[in-house]
Amino acid sequence: YMLNCLCISLTADIISTVEFNYSGDLLATGDKGGRVVIFQREQENKSRPHSRGEYNVYSTFQSHEPEFDYLKSLEIEEKINKIRWLPQQNAAHFLLSTNDKTIKLWKISERDKRAEGYNLKDEDGRLRDPFRITALRVPILKPMDLMVEASPRRIFANAHTYHINSISVNSDHETYLSADDLRINLWHLEITDRSFNIVDMKPANMEELAEVITAAEFHPHQCNVLVYSSSKGTVRLCDMRSSALCDRHSKFFEEPEDPSSRSFFSEIISSISDVKFSHSGRYMMTRDYLSVKVWDLNMESRPVETHQVHEYLRSKLCSLYENDCIFDKFECCWNGSDSAIMTGSYNNFFRMFDRNARRDVTLEASRENSKPRASLKPRKVCTGGKRKKDEISVDSLDFNKKILHTAWHPLENIIAVAATNNLYIFQDKVN
Amino acid sequence: MFARGLKRKCADHEEDMGGALAGFRAVPSYSLQRQSLLDMSLVKLQLCHMLVEPNLCRSVLIANTVRQIQEEMTQDGTWRVAAPQSTGRAPLDRLVSTEILCRSMREQDGVHPAPGMGDDHVLGPGSELSTVTSAQTPRDPQNSVWEMDSPRENRGNFQKSLDQIFETLETRNPSSAEELFSDMDSSYYDLDTVLTGVVSRAEPGPCDGLQGLPPVATPASSSSCKSDLGELDHVMEILVET
Repeated sequence: YMLNCLCISLTADIISTVEFNYSGDLLATGDKGGRVVIFQREQENKSRPHSRGEYNVYSTFQSHEPEFDYLKSLEIEEKINKIRWLPQQNAAHFLLSTNDKTIKLWKISERDKRAEGYNLKDEDGRLRDPFRITALRVPILKPMDLMVEASPRRIFANAHTYHINSISVNSDHETYLSADDLRINLWHLEITDRSFNIVDMKPANMEELAEVITAAEFHPHQCNVLVYSSSKGTVRLCDMRSSALCDRHSKFFEEPEDPSSRSFFSEIISSISDVKFSHSGRYMMTRDYLSVKVWDLNMESRPVETHQVHEYLRSKLCSLYENDCIFDKFECCWNGSDSAIMTGSYNNFFRMFDRNARRDVTLEASRENSKPRASLKPRKVCTGGKRKKDEISVDSLDFNKKILHTAWHPLENIIAVAATNNLYIFQDKVN
Repeated sequence: MFARGLKRKCADHEEDMGGALAGFRAVPSYSLQRQSLLDMSLVKLQLCHMLVEPNLCRSVLIANTVRQIQEEMTQDGTWRVAAPQSTGRAPLDRLVSTEILCRSMREQDGVHPAPGMGDDHVLGPGSELSTVTSAQTPRDPQNSVWEMDSPRENRGNFQKSLDQIFETLETRNPSSAEELFSDMDSSYYDLDTVLTGVVSRAEPGPCDGLQGLPPVATPASSSSCKSDLGELDHVMEILVET
């Protein structure tokens, strides 16, 4: 890939989720302050040929506010954990956004006309005295500057005791799941006062708790199939047709441990931070601390591919445990054709793996390296011995600059990379 | 001798024995690193108390790490029996709460006199921590040091088990948990200090060897944490000190 930087956006707060919609024309970001910013791709414009493909801010709204749980005396963060778009059915766009406890369905619609000439109110909105009205007129529609409005249509609350980590829209376009640390609930998009619990990992005695749910997703085509990953590095596939409570999985994906590399940190680094089905629905990908694995859904015993993201960190696990970086939750994503996968790392590095060509590249999302017409240069981390000229040594990596959230356009080679409070959008020059 | 097939390789056994006993390795001994990791983990569990609900996944992973270390130390014989009914797996809250007291004793690791207590003293449930601070000599000194658990109802909530740590600490005296730690040598939390107390200059990163190092088969007596009255007095001093 020869990636050019399309644009960089500075957000007010740390970006916590990034998601393209189904057409790729809209890109939604959620941040730590509860805000959602939606970018829209510029339409092709003959007078400005270079602007094709730029993403500009389309809508900004406050999705969630901080709350206080009086029962537990704890704050509920307004940070947006996940955004998922609904497939578009009419002129308006719908998305689900969630914080730790509450999911909201937002409608984003455009208004480019307004009515003028009301009978009962003035142009500035003041009510007219009915007795003063001597004639009637029909209001007429006049064009106005485009206004994009976001309004909350549904609020799905009070269904999660623990922190929500995932939401996933079903292929039936009517239901969706929400997963917290111990439970997964199934909702109907129209019904907010009821949800069905389909997975429950809470032990009878909480002191025996040893495993939590880390991510969950519906199959892209089979509306009865979902997967969820755990902190023990396992993935369970459930079929909702088999029983109402999917506590018994249909498939159990776990790679046997390599005894020679076992340490006290083995379990922590095996914890899966993200699970994503391929677009085809034949594969799924899991991200653990050091690697990305591709699984064939028909083979539970081991992944079909393992890609090392930053193996040079294996000798630093104790320090990473000490500074809590070992608990960072990296996400991963597929490209539209499932031929490539991408995930983030530290020092604002992100990694892309071409599955067919069996090649991978490390790139950096930084302002200095992202000139508009220059392609990103591959980066290399020096693991030991002599450091070559453009390499960076492991000890010089900045662990505060982590790329946890990335997204890939569903159809084209355009990627969105969130680096703290900067959103980078890169496009493949070859395109 | 040691049942953990995963970690141990027979071939390395003797080499490591020799290395550990020599004590002149540049990398700190395995048991010391393991101890550092245990203490770090316990501090992390306690620091979970913030305004916002702590991350459950992180807490579970840290708690599992603590359990792993405890299991290994139990098999090593370097862990005191936790309770009569357990076979080495104490409930997490009891495990954590006893560890806090154990910390100052573990600091003496490597400078042990011959183990004074012949028999393993069994931890039992019972008296509140506050009884330990009384001036009178407890009937069974060993027992009262470990008797931190008061008969509390099982709250069943993982977060609440962690709450018990703070509550237990706070019943000691009116001062806050922070002051408890300030009584202890605060340099303890500086891992470098811990390590330099035992070896002259450790490599940066106290746990460098912990991942790759096969466990050292130290005989129970040389790195054992079996207490004797001298160390017990030391702990008592810390507890009653205001």
